Amino acid sequence: MAQSLIFNNLGFERDERYIFRHLAFQANAGDLVQVVGPNGSGKTSLLRVVVGLLRAEEGTIEWGEKDTDSSSLAHSLLYLGHETGVNYALTALENLRWYFGLNGSKAHSLSEAEEPEMTDEVLVHALNAVGLLGYSDVICHEMSAGQRRRVALARLFVSAAPIWILDEPFTAIDIAGVARLEQQLQAHCSRGGIVLFTTHQTSSLQNIRSLDLADFKPTESSLYGGELDDA
Amino acid sequence: MPSFFVFLRHCFRRELLLSFRKRSEWVNPIIFFVSIVVFVPLGISPDERLLSQLAPGMVWIIALLAVLLSLDSLFQGDYEDGSLEQILVSGQSLYWVVIVKCIVHWLMTGLPLAILSPLLGLMMSLPSEGYLPLIISVFLGSGSLSFIGGIGAALTVALKRGGVLLSLIIIPLYVPVLIFGAGSVNAAVDGYSISGQLAVLGALFSGALVLAPLASAGALRIGLNN
Repeated sequence: MAQSLIFNNLGFERDERYIFRHLAFQANAGDLVQVVGPNGSGKTSLLRVVVGLLRAEEGTIEWGEKDTDSSSLAHSLLYLGHETGVNYALTALENLRWYFGLNGSKAHSLSEAEEPEMTDEVLVHALNAVGLLGYSDVICHEMSAGQRRRVALARLFVSAAPIWILDEPFTAIDIAGVARLEQQLQAHCSRGGIVLFTTHQTSSLQNIRSLDLADFKPTESSLYGGELDDA
Repeated sequence: MPSFFVFLRHCFRRELLLSFRKRSEWVNPIIFFVSIVVFVPLGISPDERLLSQLAPGMVWIIALLAVLLSLDSLFQGDYEDGSLEQILVSGQSLYWVVIVKCIVHWLMTGLPLAILSPLLGLMMSLPSEGYLPLIISVFLGSGSLSFIGGIGAALTVALKRGGVLLSLIIIPLYVPVLIFGAGSVNAAVDGYSISGQLAVLGALFSGALVLAPLASAGALRIGLNN
């Protein structure tokens, strides 16, 4: 998976006001990228643009050889948003079964026909890895916020998707849990994966590249999409 | 990516599991349906002649309102907990997810209403020729109601209190289903053939089955886009 994720001149607008503009960045295989910036600088928006939940007004995202719109990128993604998609009425195991029934492993080397179905063993093993040993048949409604978050994070221990997009993944996770997750992020990068994440906690991760959105904050003249600086 | 059938199987399993866990969501419309039909003879008149005239239309209107009552929650939960986002990001087709959700909604509301309708026909002194047409027309018609209702539920998904707007959007679209549904029962009671009305109901259902999820999926995308 020696591919790069490239942002060309991205611009995102909300209520006719640019949040960021002329954003150019290249994440190579093995990069651990932290998106930084103050509140409201568009960190979440950028991540949602990358996964295709929001549309950028300007610019393109490239993944692989050709220009990527959404489909081939979507087949390589693992996304974790503020709301994690863990259903309260299902058990931890049922939530994971559904997730991987939709996504599969997303390993690049496998075609649709070769994709093996996730066995429960693999999923239970992932739940153990996030510290939910014995919780696989507990309804998520009866769990704490941190435990529900861990159910979602268990996906990181199964998925082979090359690009991980994680928006505040460490919210509500205790110190030991964060350390374990950081290990997993680092392991993913050393396998040649790409991680794009945001966090407000101080992390002990090594070799982080940072993407500072303050660098792409629009100037006064381009704030409202003015024509002055348009080439 | 998993194959299409694996994906569909997981969707069905999840929706069915959720419906059985959240019992109140499908029991509520049924209680509503039964209680109104019980109230009508008490409130209007127990006169058999009058009731038998009202019966086809009345049972149909109440069935329609019962479906409307249950629509609010169709996509709401998945929107709020981020599941819809995950479906979009997974790269799977939202169209099929919507179809699965609407079919399960139909099974959990329309089917029980259809099964209960002869009992309620009895309370409303429906002439015996009307029973079979009532079951068939409610069964077929409620399918359209679920799929068309899905559009309204999808359009209002991002609103906190979308219930009123949902009803306003959906009620006009329900009119044809009501006319042909109640019409078929009336025709049967009067001794006419009902194949024409049932054919129209069938056509409405197949149209809704194929086209409504397109609109719903589009509306959900817009709802998520903010």
